[in-house]
Amino acid sequence: MSYIQLDVFDLALAALLVILNGALSIALQLRLERQLFIATLRMIVQLFLVGLVLTTLFTLVSPGWTGLAALAMVLFAGREIMARQDRPLAGLWSYGLGTGCMLVAACLVTVFALTTPVQPEPWYHPRYALPLLGMILGNTMTGISLGLHTLTTGLVRDRVAVEAQLTLGATRRVAMLPVTRAALKSALMPIVNAMAATGLVALPGMMTGQILAGVAPGEAVKYQILIMFLIAGGTGLGATAAVLACGLRLSDRRHRLRLDRLAPARE
Amino acid sequence: MAAPALLSVRGLARPGLQPLAFDLAEGECLAVRGPSGAGKSLLLRALADLDPNDGELSLEGEPREAMPAPRWRRLVTYLPAEPGWWAETVGAHFADWAAAEPLVEALGLPAASRDWPVSRLSTGERQRLALVRALVQRPRVLLLDEPTAGLDETARDAVETLIAARLAEGAAALWVTHDAGQARRLARRCLKVEGGRVTEDAP
Repeated sequence: MSYIQLDVFDLALAALLVILNGALSIALQLRLERQLFIATLRMIVQLFLVGLVLTTLFTLVSPGWTGLAALAMVLFAGREIMARQDRPLAGLWSYGLGTGCMLVAACLVTVFALTTPVQPEPWYHPRYALPLLGMILGNTMTGISLGLHTLTTGLVRDRVAVEAQLTLGATRRVAMLPVTRAALKSALMPIVNAMAATGLVALPGMMTGQILAGVAPGEAVKYQILIMFLIAGGTGLGATAAVLACGLRLSDRRHRLRLDRLAPARE
Repeated sequence: MAAPALLSVRGLARPGLQPLAFDLAEGECLAVRGPSGAGKSLLLRALADLDPNDGELSLEGEPREAMPAPRWRRLVTYLPAEPGWWAETVGAHFADWAAAEPLVEALGLPAASRDWPVSRLSTGERQRLALVRALVQRPRVLLLDEPTAGLDETARDAVETLIAARLAEGAAALWVTHDAGQARRLARRCLKVEGGRVTEDAP
């Protein structure tokens, strides 16, 4: 494999582009320069740290440390799901439900990928496990947060319609079905769109990365297809579990709609 | 020995409502009166088991907790003042439009209303169609929250006649109304709701 190494000067040169954006923001009084500066700084620091962590993990190849890194990734992603909700569930449920569903779905799919199609030696080798988990986790997180957001806001908005079905003797599953359907649709739309548009509109990042690193395009494409399947599987499993569990939490055994189990609306 | 009451309510309580008890016999209509925000809708929602509540309720001697909630609500059906709709057209809300059509026409609406989009319905049309939607399932107890508030006199009379016919067939009703004349026409007993306290009163 051959690839062109970058030095600090190359990065500094590219950073000029962001500085140009900042200058434009100041000149046009867009007031974006502060956010842009902070985001750029965070990116640089976070990526260098991750680089360090990955380098260490790759030399250790320890199941314990790899597992710990994976757990940290899941917990951060769980916080992200919660932060994106307008009306999260009240109490520990708001963090626990999304994170739990994501943990199970992403880990299942990652372990499946590592033990059947990819099969590195050992199977938990962090060079394979962590990038795979990262890609699956990122997409599953988006799917779950979109699904939960659509479900909770939809139930609040359509409360009267859902209760109309309940008053006529519908079960909670039937009464909530229109909102559940919309929630799962919005959860799966990003991956469906990504699969439909990939290769035509945009070249996927991972495939591009492999090509830049010198992998033959035909091989990179196979890897990308595998990743798309894994992402679709993880997102589908995680979002379905999260939306159904949240629907159960927002109703009870007497088939009542329980919006009192949502946290109060944020200002 | 007297037959058990159609609907028996003992110790019904929920936030916003103090414990109350009453019986409702077949064919009986109970007017529910009181100022806005006094808890009339809370009472009807608790009876339909739509909100968490305590109390021993039974229908013809069968305890509420012994039957699944959907079955209870088919038999004890709540009709809110502003009924909800979950599909685009009127007809999509009816499992059996043929059974609904005579009732729709009795309430002064054309059979063609089946194809009307819900978004174009007036308040009065919504109220009447929602009443039909509930009646086609032949509930034993109707919990009516101001079912004639948005109606003209002709339509109001049609609703009263239709409900009276159901009462004559052995159903029973709780009827929230602000109209003293309507309360006297329909009911011999009256529940007065004030600040979450329910007392029995002459209509």
